[in-house]
Amino acid sequence: MSEVKHRDFDWKPLALVPVLSLLALPLIGSGSTWLTLTVAGLAMGMIIFIIASGLTLVFGLMDVLNFGHGVFIALGAFVASSVLGSMGDWTGSQSLLRNVMAVIPAMLVAMLVAGAVGLAFERFLVRPVYGQHLKQILITMGGMIIGEELIKVIWGAQQIPLPLPEGMRGSLLLGDAAIEKFRLVAVVVGLIVFASLAWTLGRTKIGLLIRAGVQDREMVESLGYRIRRLFIGVFVVGSALAGLGGVMWGMYQQNVFPQMGAQVNVLIFIVIIIGGLGSTGGALIGALLVGLMANYAGFLAPKVALFSNIALMAAILLWRPQGVYPVTGR
Amino acid sequence: MSNAALLTMAEVHTRIGAYHILHGVNLVVPRGELTMLLGRNGAGKTTTLRTIMGLWQASSGTITFAQQDITALSTPQIAGLNIAYVPETMGIFSDLTVKENMLLAARQAKRVEDIDDTRLKWIFKLFPAVEKFWSYPAGKLSGGQKQMLAVARAIVEPRELLIVDEPSKGLAPAIINNMIDAFAELKAGGVTILLVEQNINFARRLGDTVAVMDNGRVVHSGSMQALADDEALQHSLLGLAV
Repeated sequence: MSEVKHRDFDWKPLALVPVLSLLALPLIGSGSTWLTLTVAGLAMGMIIFIIASGLTLVFGLMDVLNFGHGVFIALGAFVASSVLGSMGDWTGSQSLLRNVMAVIPAMLVAMLVAGAVGLAFERFLVRPVYGQHLKQILITMGGMIIGEELIKVIWGAQQIPLPLPEGMRGSLLLGDAAIEKFRLVAVVVGLIVFASLAWTLGRTKIGLLIRAGVQDREMVESLGYRIRRLFIGVFVVGSALAGLGGVMWGMYQQNVFPQMGAQVNVLIFIVIIIGGLGSTGGALIGALLVGLMANYAGFLAPKVALFSNIALMAAILLWRPQGVYPVTGR
Repeated sequence: MSNAALLTMAEVHTRIGAYHILHGVNLVVPRGELTMLLGRNGAGKTTTLRTIMGLWQASSGTITFAQQDITALSTPQIAGLNIAYVPETMGIFSDLTVKENMLLAARQAKRVEDIDDTRLKWIFKLFPAVEKFWSYPAGKLSGGQKQMLAVARAIVEPRELLIVDEPSKGLAPAIINNMIDAFAELKAGGVTILLVEQNINFARRLGDTVAVMDNGRVVHSGSMQALADDEALQHSLLGLAV
């Protein structure tokens, strides 16, 4: 019997995050500026990961290209702006606890609404075009446009400010480096989402089914499981997470507007391609790299900032054409 | 062939896109026996198994399992009737461990601890590699070990019918012998098995009944022993040298 190797963790993609950070350090020069940019990049990356994690599973599980994912981002952000707007006493308080008690319900309501809309989106737009990629792209983009117009009908076409709660404003000083408090909040929320996803995918039977379905959905069905039900569940959770990401993104930018989802969409697709379609671990690495790259490039060479993430994706695909953590069997 | 039929296909046609693959398959799988499905490459054996499992829908004809018409059922519904399927590709989830592959196949179990311990020990005895590499990623196993895992996965819970597509394909002789012993023990335990094979020696050592396919039809059915003893018939049906 031939020798079998134990599972070896592929650390190389994970090492890209510190490698990119350390490469940027001499270019930036100042340690405090580097630290500020790094925390900002990690925070941005964590928010993008929250949004992208659901999308990568949706693609991995059912081969569905959902170009309308951005609408859940905008929806989550607008719902949060309404909830937080109605809790002015809580968000205006100097007490961080009261601020958190306002933000949590805003997040939950945003996730609930985005998840419910996601359920309808899957039923009426995605389900009729299973297995037809071109139609999926067209119909989901159409769905996003309709969603944006409905947001304009409900909240208006103008940009709405989404100020941070009092306790989350300002910065903490770490030596000479100023670290914005909300960026730390974003990192913590991102880590909580990642830990929850990792636990669900790694420690539960549902997670096992999702991981197996991403590799070979036909075999999962042959074992007696209804993968479409699983897919609907993943789609709803993915939409809800995009809603949560929208809340975080809106607070990060401190304003919301109907097209904000479309604006983030490009970054999300870069992230899931870098990560390997269907891989949540890959999506985390991809999101952190994109967040860091956007911040470093924005500081060092603002004119190439827009191009920098495309270049990053191209470089990674030259190294690993299937993404950093390719899913076996895809 | 005195046993009642567990699975019956009557005039089953299957079309995949523009291609008409099965041209009226008639097949009977007797309960408690091991039925070999033989035939040259492209005869329609794999399509027959996939049609039974609902992975490709029959365009006409009837498939009956335990007196129930399953022709229009979905794959999960068919598997839910206690039918296990091992595809030609083995269908191993390479990124999952051996343990996770087994847990996935045990529909009643939420955790590995919920799997029937006695049955698991029996499986370990049949396929020692499954126990040896229990916590290893399935993608790291050799071809033979993967095949053992694929069959072990199919029998992790009692099933009425076991459908296996070319289990000996690409395996070393020692592994094939191990596989034959395992199927013989399963058969002795009363499991009904439908097995696609190209290896006539494998088939003659295990088969009770046989159906030979050609051009999308069953062109011969009868006892395996009769076919094994008749080299001229083997030659005419399977193109084997006399």
